[in-house]
Amino acid sequence: MEALALDMTVSKRIETERTAAVTAAAKPAKVVARDVNVYYGEKHALKHVDVDIPDRGVMAFIGPSGCGKSTFLRCINRMNDTIPTCRVTGRITIDNRDIYDPELDVVQLRARVGMVFQKPNPFPKSIYDNVAYGPRIHGLAPTKADLDQIVTASLEKAGLWGEVKDRLLESGTGLSGGQQQRLCIARAIAVDPEVILMDEPCSALDPIATAKIETLIDELRTNYCIIIVTHSMQQAARVSQRTAFFHLGTLVEDGPTQQIFSMPRDQRTQDYITGRFG
Amino acid sequence: MHNHIVKSYDMEFAELDRLTAQMGGLAEKQLADAFAALDRRDSKLAKAAVASDKAIDNLEQQVQERAIAMIAKRQPLANDLRHIMTVLKIASDLERVGDLAKNIAKRALAVADETHPKPLMSGLRHMTELAMKQLKDVLDALSTLDAAKAREVWHSDAGLDALYNSVFRELLTYMMEDPRNIGLCTHLLFGAKNIERIGDHTTNIAENICYLVEGVAMNEERPKNDETSTMIVPNPSA
Repeated sequence: MEALALDMTVSKRIETERTAAVTAAAKPAKVVARDVNVYYGEKHALKHVDVDIPDRGVMAFIGPSGCGKSTFLRCINRMNDTIPTCRVTGRITIDNRDIYDPELDVVQLRARVGMVFQKPNPFPKSIYDNVAYGPRIHGLAPTKADLDQIVTASLEKAGLWGEVKDRLLESGTGLSGGQQQRLCIARAIAVDPEVILMDEPCSALDPIATAKIETLIDELRTNYCIIIVTHSMQQAARVSQRTAFFHLGTLVEDGPTQQIFSMPRDQRTQDYITGRFG
Repeated sequence: MHNHIVKSYDMEFAELDRLTAQMGGLAEKQLADAFAALDRRDSKLAKAAVASDKAIDNLEQQVQERAIAMIAKRQPLANDLRHIMTVLKIASDLERVGDLAKNIAKRALAVADETHPKPLMSGLRHMTELAMKQLKDVLDALSTLDAAKAREVWHSDAGLDALYNSVFRELLTYMMEDPRNIGLCTHLLFGAKNIERIGDHTTNIAENICYLVEGVAMNEERPKNDETSTMIVPNPSA
């Protein structure tokens, strides 16, 4: 009986996933890129990328090293601005607003578009201060009580609260790798972003910590637009509803994850995901 | 189909395909032997056909173990995943073909001492020939990944069903004519049913080949011509 009930939940869940993938494609996209090109000096690193990224879902970027997926990810919060030789052309909008508009405040943009990196990089501060940092500089918490509330809620959403609630004043760098990564996620969501970029967030973590982060991503997707770069095909298949494959600076194909991994349209995608070229 | 960066992965696929091909070859031979034993009332051949089923069962187990190991080790995707999954299903169809052929061989043993009326055996022979051709063609289609050829097999199964209908009718008539025929005819009837089922397994295999090659399940209505479930032959004395 219990097994049957479990079966029902699983099949219901699969059904919901399927509808989610379909409706996600039908909804207006959160992030839209049109003819995006990136040059590092003379090198044309990203070529004519067009993609629509739906809200409240996870989109995975896959592709061999140097294919441009991280470069494109960094365009979405204008991190490439910090590289002097880097030039970006084309148009990227979030909610129809051009993020390369010269009048746009880049600091505000980065508050709306959070980022989590491959290597957990907590500040050498307390757990509390790591999470409180963003809300403080953006002036999101008028009182100490507000700030406490944001820190607690963010750590809860990041699935870390239970493990750290009694040692909030200890250093963030003293946590395990997986905990540090969840702390970084808590820090990213503390400023209430709309888009979360994750650049290989699990590649420095063990399988248990990876499973926790994946569970977290699955929960966060009901409220955020999440874009994840990953080298693990299985991870992309597990956590995302849509997947885009990059190769040699071009976006080869994107579509529902299920379709990309079972019946890709492009031969290059098939060769890459089945381990035929690198 | 192959050319993975990891060469041992290619070798695992080659081995999986080799085992499946071997199963197919054995199943073909077993069916041919089972019918020959029935036709010629050859108990020795019948016993050999019964015994050869063990080898097919062993091969199926090997295919299963290797497929599971590959899934665990390689986490296959796209055409690789379809390849492994379809080979698993095809192996189980071939194992069933082996069982059905074995059953025909057992019946050959049971009726070895009876005289077979010639015209009856010709119906069964024709059915066996058709089933053998379907089996051979579908195995060829598998080794060359030829979806068009697999579709031909799929369509041709209707012919085997039609033939089965007429053999069924014929056997019923024989039994009505002379109750002494009932023992033999019942065994032949089951033999014919087994051959018809073998045809169904070749259509399963054909569907799986199409899925492997094209990535989408065949959703056409199967050509079904087997009418024996609702068939009766009027009592001649009535």
